[in-house]
Amino acid sequence: MEQQNTTRGAMWLRLLAGGAPSAHDWAAVQVRDAELAGEPARYIAVVPDPANRFPRARNGEVGLVEGWQLAKAVQEVVAMDREAAVKRPIVAVIDVPSQAYGRREEAYGIHQALAGAAGAYAQARLAGHPVIGLVVGLAMSGAFLAHGYQANRLIALDDPGVMVHAMGKASAARVTLRSVEALEKLAATVPPMAYDIQNYASLGLLWRVLQLADLAQPGEQDIALVRGALEAALADILDDRERDLSGRLHGKHRQASRRVRELLQTQWEAAD
Amino acid sequence: MSTHIEQLLQRDSFIERGARSRARALLDAGTMRELAGPFERLHSPWLALQQLVTSADDGVVVAKGLLDGHPTVVLAIEGAYQGGSMGEIGCAKIAGSLELAARDNRRGIPTRAVILFETGGVRLQEANLGLAGIAEIQAAVVDLRRYQPVIGVSAGTVGCYGGMSIVAGLCSYLVLTREARLGLNGPLVIEQEAGVAEFDAKKRALIWGLTGGEQRAATGLADACVQDDTLEVKATVARLFAQGLPKQHRSERADDFLARLARVDTAEQPAPEDVRNIYQQGDA
Repeated sequence: MEQQNTTRGAMWLRLLAGGAPSAHDWAAVQVRDAELAGEPARYIAVVPDPANRFPRARNGEVGLVEGWQLAKAVQEVVAMDREAAVKRPIVAVIDVPSQAYGRREEAYGIHQALAGAAGAYAQARLAGHPVIGLVVGLAMSGAFLAHGYQANRLIALDDPGVMVHAMGKASAARVTLRSVEALEKLAATVPPMAYDIQNYASLGLLWRVLQLADLAQPGEQDIALVRGALEAALADILDDRERDLSGRLHGKHRQASRRVRELLQTQWEAAD
Repeated sequence: MSTHIEQLLQRDSFIERGARSRARALLDAGTMRELAGPFERLHSPWLALQQLVTSADDGVVVAKGLLDGHPTVVLAIEGAYQGGSMGEIGCAKIAGSLELAARDNRRGIPTRAVILFETGGVRLQEANLGLAGIAEIQAAVVDLRRYQPVIGVSAGTVGCYGGMSIVAGLCSYLVLTREARLGLNGPLVIEQEAGVAEFDAKKRALIWGLTGGEQRAATGLADACVQDDTLEVKATVARLFAQGLPKQHRSERADDFLARLARVDTAEQPAPEDVRNIYQQGDA
């Protein structure tokens, strides 16, 4: 438990969902039902489980079991509110170092487990549940796709410890046949290759970036700032008629994404 | 035996076709129209910044037409270009097309989609925009599959890896050949992250044994393992479309998979038979 509380994800889950009991007795996937803006909400985080049965998933990675547990935690929310007019929000507290890299994982289909999680979040969003992703630490690769990237709105803390990327530096260097130094040099000039949150923000994928006074030990003010941002995101989602991810296409570095969609729209019906 | 050889010689290979030719072969003769094609000169702005070779279609072909008479869009990834890696433009082509197919359905036009996966996943030279683009593809698959099946095909030889393997896991049905591989993390990356004892990227038999098309179909992680034969691929896709939507998508079966994983002995590394034993036992 001690190690769990030292991760950013575990800390923010505790700060936001307080003393709410765990909805499951799972070790790595932590699920808490607490309030957001005075109404019921579900908070979900992935934390390290040093005793994980799968040895490659002991440091907070999203592995086989974690992927399917995330899926289940989200499916439950959709089932609970199936008949309800107001769908409760889901807050994904994101601090995930990576997916689990291992032979067992590939053998038993970790891609399918992560599809379970990503699909559940997307279905919840389409069903009308406001989904908010709060990036408080690492948001890496497949782990981020499974936990948070399907959110209606993404919020990140402005912190050197907050990083979003497709692959760790050593592996990315090996796959692209570059040295880590060369990779870092390129990352400084090519915004989508950078690892830091300011460059990431320039891509237009984040709804808000929050500046905290004390990142390691957030005080009352910092907690109020994060909570206020979650409430504002919730209000913004409820004001929005769209349930898709189109809000992410406005960034200055997404011109090509917009141009391709415009072309497709124009040519789509002409092709019939 | 001689007829077997004759059949082999007469077979129209799907694997040997490029992305555009694969898309054309799946659609009814004379119905294919390519959208956002190479004459639009959609070169990756990010590869150009790094003095790397670009392609006028960014390695993704959007082909609209009819499949067995039904309106269908085929999204084909060219494995021969940059390892089939997904950058901003390629992702936008696939996500944007799926979004329009879903919009068609909301307007009463039953457009369906086939994705031809031949990809190592995110193009690392466009890292975060590739990852974001794949999240958008996932969102669009989940939207569209509310109305029509989304069918994934991976023929090989690149296979389907990275974030795009998660997209494959979201598809309503998945068709593989024996030559195809499907997995999240490529062997090289596992070797880099976890060491050679965890996964030796040179052991080809091990890789295909655990993640090849035959194994994936035998363990229910794919719906069909077909010959490298264009007619058979098309007939299988058409048959799966004719089945309509599955009662439950594979990605929705959290309870089933959690029950199976609870039975896995994690002390040892699994052999292909171990996975078959666990995944063929049913969902008790």
